[in-house]
Amino acid sequence: MFNFVRNITLSLTIIALTAMAGQASAATLINGAGATFPYPLYSKWFTEYAKVDPTVKFNYQSIGSGGGIKQITAQTVDFGASDKFLGDDELRRVPGRLLHIPTVMGAVVVTYNIPGVGKGLKLTPETLADIYLGKLNKWNDPRIVRDNPTLKLPAKPIIVVHRSDGSGTTSIFTDYLSSVNQQWGSKVGKGSSVKWPVGLGGKGNEGVAGQIKTTQYTIGYVELAYAVENKLPYASLKNKSGVFVEPTIKSTSAAAAGAAKSMPADFRVSLVNQPGRDAYPIVGFTWLLVYQDQKDKAKGKKLVEFLNWELKQGQKMAANILYAPLPANVAKMVEKTVRTIK
Amino acid sequence: MSQAAITSRWKIKTGLNGDFIFKGITVLFAFSILVILFLMIYEMVEQSLPSMAKSGWRFITDQNWDAVQEEFGALPYIYGSVVSSILALALATPLSVGSAIFITEIAPKRLGAVMASLVELLAAIPSVIYGLWGVLVMAPWLQSTVQPFLIDHFGFLPFFQGAPYGVSMLAAIFILMIMVVPIITSISREVLLAVPRSQKEAAIALGATRWEMIRMAVLPYGRSGILGAVILGMGRAIGETMAVTMVIGNTPQISLSLLSPAYTMPSVIANEFAEATSKIHSSALMEIGLILLVVTLIINAMARLLIWSVTRRQSGGGR
Repeated sequence: MFNFVRNITLSLTIIALTAMAGQASAATLINGAGATFPYPLYSKWFTEYAKVDPTVKFNYQSIGSGGGIKQITAQTVDFGASDKFLGDDELRRVPGRLLHIPTVMGAVVVTYNIPGVGKGLKLTPETLADIYLGKLNKWNDPRIVRDNPTLKLPAKPIIVVHRSDGSGTTSIFTDYLSSVNQQWGSKVGKGSSVKWPVGLGGKGNEGVAGQIKTTQYTIGYVELAYAVENKLPYASLKNKSGVFVEPTIKSTSAAAAGAAKSMPADFRVSLVNQPGRDAYPIVGFTWLLVYQDQKDKAKGKKLVEFLNWELKQGQKMAANILYAPLPANVAKMVEKTVRTIK
Repeated sequence: MSQAAITSRWKIKTGLNGDFIFKGITVLFAFSILVILFLMIYEMVEQSLPSMAKSGWRFITDQNWDAVQEEFGALPYIYGSVVSSILALALATPLSVGSAIFITEIAPKRLGAVMASLVELLAAIPSVIYGLWGVLVMAPWLQSTVQPFLIDHFGFLPFFQGAPYGVSMLAAIFILMIMVVPIITSISREVLLAVPRSQKEAAIALGATRWEMIRMAVLPYGRSGILGAVILGMGRAIGETMAVTMVIGNTPQISLSLLSPAYTMPSVIANEFAEATSKIHSSALMEIGLILLVVTLIINAMARLLIWSVTRRQSGGGR
């Protein structure tokens, strides 16, 4: 019996020692957690970056922006990721100076299912907000017909679909509605989950798209990448300059370019309804959250190297998988911020 | 070497005996389950304290759920969970007991065995698959066929009013029914298989028809076991998250109509927890988790009372 116990202790010690030795010689492991929306792009970046610098390994968990903010605040990860920026009072509770590093932009697309109407629906901010407020509820309402004289719009009630799960997509969409419609701003507000005046809730992009595909006379919103991949029809929206703009990678990037002049130094800014003839209006940044003062200097150095790579080489990969890259002038500003990380 | 000699040598060498070790291990395992349960309850109560302090009883009486204004009333979720699972069980129980009786008593042996394994196969399908099937196949079918039929023929009832959206309370009830049927069926089947042959033969010897034999000899014997199966089904129905979330429409409202969308407690937790950044929002979701636990306990307790009273009446009545 004692022999047996001794053997076990011995083998456990050996296992523990080998594990420790293994860790010491292994690559630097950088842990991150947060937003799900940019996850496909980040995971591509991490695999590509492993070829550039094999001594760094990234471990990113896409648990949602809320989780990312919680974990970076609790300092259980080396960087967080979020589709929304922290408010002033949230930042005050964070231990240390937390930087917002924009990585790419996402656009939210309004999609619909009207039999007999293919592509090309045009909507103004006012009609879109009123549809989601439940004040405009027939497809042949004169206000919709006025913008779409060539389409045959049926006299059917509009079925509104929205995301039921808390998401950055909803956050950007409600941010847009709040900025273009006063009543929305005061009655509903913006957030990752809000109290919807009307409509059905679908879980995830696939839940919303599924309901729209299978139910006639519906309208809903999904991420640009999802709409393009699944060939959903999407509406052109009238932007701040009065032009109807289709959502594309280009028109998404144009929104940030338009905002560059008024960009605050900490990049905590909403990109919805930006000026510029080509700018699509429902657009938002997604950020990495990084402490300016890195506790583990060696790790911090590796992280900065990655961020610099991401801002140059990484940006080129974005458009291929349907994320809008930062416009050159904004990327320059971000580089300056990255340089302050120590 | 005799058996006794081996045992005593073992005892001398270790100072322990097998019974003692075995008892220790079982006690440890049993208590670790209790410890996990209490840790969970403690943690949930602790995390939901901020929400309890803010909302008080309004949390379970109010219908307004607004994360932006930080006002939290969970009544629509409680209503949705209770109504969807009870109605799903009401539909599933006769279906399952009926098929269990068919498999064990009526079907030829080989057919019964095939059916039993098919039913068990249904129980092994992951809930997200049910959900996808629900939102892509069942909901459109409900919208184009079942719901218009209900509106046309039973529209005068408050339960079948409103527009047919497909995704609705009715869709959630149907999907839950399909998900709990295999559980109740397979457990009921085991219960019915345990009915002693002598009892059935005695009934037939007294001149009972097959139906009378099932009614008088088989069902009374299996009653408490079948009720137990229904309770297990209830546990699955009230806790089911993924499939329900995909078909219920996720609208926090209380409506008598089964055609209108609704919301359940597990669904709102799954939907909002990942992105709940404010402390009070995640605390409110924790409190919903706690209420879900309490509601489950209440339903379990009621079902146990039911079993207890049924079996007591049975043995007191002197069959």
